[in-house]
Amino acid sequence: MSNKPRYTNSLDMVNGKVEMVHGSGGKAMTQLIDELFLSAFSNHWLEQMNDQACFELPVGKVVMATDSHVISPLFFPGGDIGCLSVHGTVNDVAMSGAVPKYLAAGFILEEGYPLADLERIVYSMAKAAEEAGVHIVTGDTKVVERGKGDGCFISTTGIGVVPDGINMGTERVSVGDKIIVSGSLGDHGVAIMSLRENLTFETSIESDTQSLNDLVAAMVEVVPDIHCLRDPTRGGLSATLNEIAQQANVGMQIHETQIPVKPQVKAACEFLGLDPLFVANEGKLVVFCPAEKAEQLLAVMRSHPKGRDAAIIGEVLDDELNFVQMKTAFGGNRMVDWINGEQLPRIC
Amino acid sequence: MRYVDEYRDGALAQGLAAKICQEAQSDREYHLMEFCGGHTHAIFRYGIPDLLPDNVNMIHGPGCPVCVLPIPRLDAAIELAVTHGVILCSYGDMLRVPGSRKRSLLKAKAEGADVRMVYSCMDALRIAQDNPDKEVVFFAIGFETTTPPTALVINQAKTQGLKNFSVYCNHVLTPAAISNILESPEVRELGVLPLDGFVGPAHVSTVIGSQPYYYFAEEHQKPVVIAGFEPLDVLQAILMLIRQINEGRAEVENEFSRAVTYEGNPKAKQVVADTFELRRSFEWRGLGVVPYSALKIKEIYAEFDAEKRFTVEYRSTGENKACECGAILRGVKSPPDCTLFGGPCTPENPLGSCMVSSEGACAAYYSYGRHQERTFASDKPSATA
Repeated sequence: MSNKPRYTNSLDMVNGKVEMVHGSGGKAMTQLIDELFLSAFSNHWLEQMNDQACFELPVGKVVMATDSHVISPLFFPGGDIGCLSVHGTVNDVAMSGAVPKYLAAGFILEEGYPLADLERIVYSMAKAAEEAGVHIVTGDTKVVERGKGDGCFISTTGIGVVPDGINMGTERVSVGDKIIVSGSLGDHGVAIMSLRENLTFETSIESDTQSLNDLVAAMVEVVPDIHCLRDPTRGGLSATLNEIAQQANVGMQIHETQIPVKPQVKAACEFLGLDPLFVANEGKLVVFCPAEKAEQLLAVMRSHPKGRDAAIIGEVLDDELNFVQMKTAFGGNRMVDWINGEQLPRIC
Repeated sequence: MRYVDEYRDGALAQGLAAKICQEAQSDREYHLMEFCGGHTHAIFRYGIPDLLPDNVNMIHGPGCPVCVLPIPRLDAAIELAVTHGVILCSYGDMLRVPGSRKRSLLKAKAEGADVRMVYSCMDALRIAQDNPDKEVVFFAIGFETTTPPTALVINQAKTQGLKNFSVYCNHVLTPAAISNILESPEVRELGVLPLDGFVGPAHVSTVIGSQPYYYFAEEHQKPVVIAGFEPLDVLQAILMLIRQINEGRAEVENEFSRAVTYEGNPKAKQVVADTFELRRSFEWRGLGVVPYSALKIKEIYAEFDAEKRFTVEYRSTGENKACECGAILRGVKSPPDCTLFGGPCTPENPLGSCMVSSEGACAAYYSYGRHQERTFASDKPSATA
C-alpha cells in the first residue's frame, strides 16, 4: 500500500464542521475520506483510492438501481439518513430477486454541517451495509455553500446479481395471483411526520427502515416462481398497487381486514387525517405470486424475522380500467386511488 | 384502536344495513342530504352506498369549508402573500384550491411567496412570535368547528400585544347555509331537488348544539338527525331518518349524543360572540350571496383584522363555465353529472373546489367511488398510457 499523506492535526470529530475545502479536491478532502469514510467502510476497493472500483461479479443477470436520499429530519426514531440510504438501494436491487453486492455512495454536504453528525451517519451506513452483506466500494463528496443544502444528501447506487432461474417483473403479474405484504404498513411515514417541525406530536412509532435482501433470499429459495416484488416506499401501498395494476394491465381486489397496520400508526393517521395505505414504508415488500404457492410463501415469510407479520391481502383481477378496489372492514367496496400531491391534513 | 374501531364494526354495519333494507318502503324514494363534507368523506371511504338499497339516495351538501370559499376571497389571500409579502398561514387543503387564472397558494409558494401550512391556528400565532419583523396572516376558513380556535388566537394575540399578527376571517355559518338550500327555488318551486331529510353536522353541532336545527324541522317539515362522522353513525342516522319519514315525523334527533348536547358548548359560543359579529352578507361558492351567513372580526379587535390592516381588493371573477361545483354544492347535481368530472377535472388537476378537498363531493366520489360507474375519460386506457 502507498504512503498516506500526513496531516498536521486529525479531524475534529467533536466540534469540527464541514468546510468548503472538504469538497475541493485538496488535502482536506483526502483527510476527510481517509479519516472518516475509509475507516468506516473499510474495504480493499476503497483503500486503493482510485476514482472507481474494479470487481468481478458472479455469473448471471446484473441488476443496478439508484436512489437519492433527502430526508428531513436526518435522524429519526428507528434510523437516520445513513442506514436509510443503504436500505433504500439494497431493497431496490433485491426487488428483482437479485443478491445485492456493491454500493457506490455520493454525498452532498452543506458547509457548516457538524462533523460529529456526519460521523454518526457514515457509521450508520457502514453498519447497515455490513448487515446487508454489501460493500460500499466507491464514492464521491461535494460540499455546497451554507444555505444551499439541507445538511446532508446521500445518493447511492447498487449492483447485484440475479440467481439462475429467477425471473420477476410487473409483466409477469397475472389474473389470479395473490398479493402478500411482508408486515405492518405506514410505520416509516408516521415516524417521520411525528418529528416534522410544526407537528408537535409524540408517538412510540419507529421507522421500519431495514434491508430486505435476506428475506427475499429466503423467499426465492422456496418459491422461485414469484412473479413480482416491490417495496412500497413513497406513496405507500396504494401507489405501488396502482403502478403495478397499470403496468400489468390488470385490476386488484384487496381486503382491509387483512392489511396489517399497527394500532399506534392507525391512531396517528386517524389524528392527522391520513390514510395508512398512502404512507411511506422503508422496510416492507409486496409480493405477487401464483395462488397455489401463496400459503407456502406466506409460511416462509412468517418464519423470517422481517416477515413475521406477513399477510395475504388480496388478489389480481381482470380489469381493463386497472382499478384497485378494497373491501372495507365496514363491508362496502371502494377504490384505492393514487395519492394526490402530499398527504395533507383534513380540516374538520 | 379503542373508541374508533367500535364505530366501524362490519358485523354491526351488516345488521344496520339489513334493517334499512327492511324498513325502506320499496314504493318510494328517500332523498337524504348529508350537510357535512366529513359525512360525504365517510360515506365514500367506507363504501356505504354499497350497503344502501337503490331507493335511498344520499345528496351531498355544501359543508366542505374549502369548497364553499368564493374565488375572489382566495385571490385576495394569494394577493396578501404575493403583493403584501406577508407570511400567510393556512390549513392544508386550502393550499391546492385553484383561484382565478389557475393560481393557487401552492403555486404562489413555488414562485417565492411565504405560504405555510399549519395544523392549528396556534401554529400561526407561534410563527408570528418567532418572526417579529414580518407580518403574519392566518387565513381563517371553516364552519363553527374552526371558529372558536380562531377567536382564541385573536384574544391571545391581543393579550400578548402582538403587533405583526392578523386574521383574514372567512368563517361561515351552517344554519344560514341550510336555510339557503331549503329556501332555494330548486327545493321550494322547481322541485328538482327532492329533500326528505338531513343528516345533521357532527363537529359543528358539538359547538352550536342541536337547538338551531329545530327551526328547520318545524318550519320546513324536514327531519334532522345529527350524526357523528364514523360510518356506523352515518348508517344509524340514515335508519333514524327513514323511520321518521315513514312515520310522517319531522323532528330533530341526536344520534351523536356522545358529543352533542342541546345547547352545545357555551364557552366556545361565548368566545365567538365576544370576538366576531355577523356580516350583513357573504358570497358562498355555489350558494351565491347569503345574508347573515358569515362572521367578521369585531371593532375592538380591528388591529388583528387583515381586511382592515391591508388593502385587499375583492374582485368578482367568473368560474369555469362548464364547472358544476355550484350545482353540486347545492345538491342539485351529483359529481358524475358534470362534463368535466373524471375528464379534464381530476384530483391531480382540479378545476373546481369540490375536486380538491377530500371532503369535497367530487374528490370523494372520484377517489373512492368511481368504480361504480367505470366510464370516466381519465381511466380509459388511452388516457393513462
